[in-house]
Amino acid sequence: MKPDGRPAESVPDVALEDIEVELFVRALQLGHGYDFSQYSPASLKRRVLQLVQTQQTGTISELTARLLHEAGFLQTVLEGLSVPVSEMFRDPDVFRTLREQVFPLLASYPQINIWQAGCAHGQEVYSLAILLEEAGLYERTQIYATDFNESALRHAQEGIYPAKEAQLWSRNYLAAGGSHTLADYYSARYELIKLDQRLRRNVIFANHNLVTDEVFCEAHLVLCRNVLIYFSDPLQDRTLALFRDSLVRGGFLCLGTRESLDFAPSAADFVPVDTGLRIYRLGPRTPAGE
Amino acid sequence: MGCSAGGLSALESLLAALDPQLPQPLVVCCHTGSANVDLLCELLAGHSTLPVIEAREREPLQPGMVHIAPSGYHLLVEPDRRFALSVDPRVSFARPSIDVLFDSAAEAYRDTLVGVVLTGANKDGAEGLATIRRLGGVAIVQEPGDAESPVMPQAALDHAGADHRLPLAAIAPLLNRLCLP
Repeated sequence: MKPDGRPAESVPDVALEDIEVELFVRALQLGHGYDFSQYSPASLKRRVLQLVQTQQTGTISELTARLLHEAGFLQTVLEGLSVPVSEMFRDPDVFRTLREQVFPLLASYPQINIWQAGCAHGQEVYSLAILLEEAGLYERTQIYATDFNESALRHAQEGIYPAKEAQLWSRNYLAAGGSHTLADYYSARYELIKLDQRLRRNVIFANHNLVTDEVFCEAHLVLCRNVLIYFSDPLQDRTLALFRDSLVRGGFLCLGTRESLDFAPSAADFVPVDTGLRIYRLGPRTPAGE
Repeated sequence: MGCSAGGLSALESLLAALDPQLPQPLVVCCHTGSANVDLLCELLAGHSTLPVIEAREREPLQPGMVHIAPSGYHLLVEPDRRFALSVDPRVSFARPSIDVLFDSAAEAYRDTLVGVVLTGANKDGAEGLATIRRLGGVAIVQEPGDAESPVMPQAALDHAGADHRLPLAAIAPLLNRLCLP
């Protein structure tokens, strides 16, 4: 990049913005220990520019300045950079397949450990707990729900969501093969629904950053859906290796249905159970359900 | 290329009129596509002169291929000209959003990008088309009077303006002229 001496207040220029994003990422890393340097650039930049808008800082550089100088601003930035968007039983076929093909194999373990990595607002944690409950496996299951974003974790623990979501989620639940109605698991008040907090009894919510943290449990199933899509190839590969090292032999991995493993050498350690649904198994085993 | 309401039939006739020798990658973001992207690709492939495939995460854009954005995700083009997906919140009520695709593609392709806004019933694409023009790319907008739903092309014209404002039937011939060496 050539320094062309143009003042920063000239017409917004992409090259200039790219430098600002890089400095912002550096400040986040040096000042606060959060490393976003391995995130895919296009989405990261979009979110940073979104923060500029919502925080009305005018420029990315001003955002960086506040990040360095203003106490408490870090949390605002982290919330802006993480994606708490999901729904209960998103891609119902995935949950149906977990129930029909994966749970019967998990049932052979006396104690089942499940790691939901990047749990965001917890919609999938509750979905999983409901399915396990209905399969009669929940009493001997421990779910570890992790995220690097503290406020997302708090939100996940509360289990409170907008009531307008309930209709879609109920449809998803039935399409996933749910045996009751979703309404059995939440109470509605005003514009909100709150998930039955008994569903949380075997969930541990914990702060874990996939970028920097290491293995912390032995898992039989790892769910990490639509998180790695934000990671560069090397970080995606590192994270898959982390999942591999966390899983027992024959343990399961469930990713988002549009995620690609073609650029990650660590993917070679996983055998497809259902390629279309991105459900895999660790080690040289025959696919489940065949 | 972005479209919404009425977009399917517009795409069918546009893709049918493209020169099969076009060397550039094409990317389509269509809101009204079926939730099943395989089906949409198959449907469009029946009309298109070029192969139609789903845009896949991390894969490079392929020359002479039409790439379709899967539903439920934003589709972005990374600076190294590979696809990325995101599940960030909807933009202009849409996911995939044309703005998200156009903004990211504009940065990756700068003045070699051509953006096309076709029929549609919302304002998605207007912001992105402005980005394309700002970074030196070419903007083509379907004549609103010619569109099944004029809102989207009109919003693009109002917000971004256009280098070419044309009826649907004239867009493929122009793309052939612009893109063939």
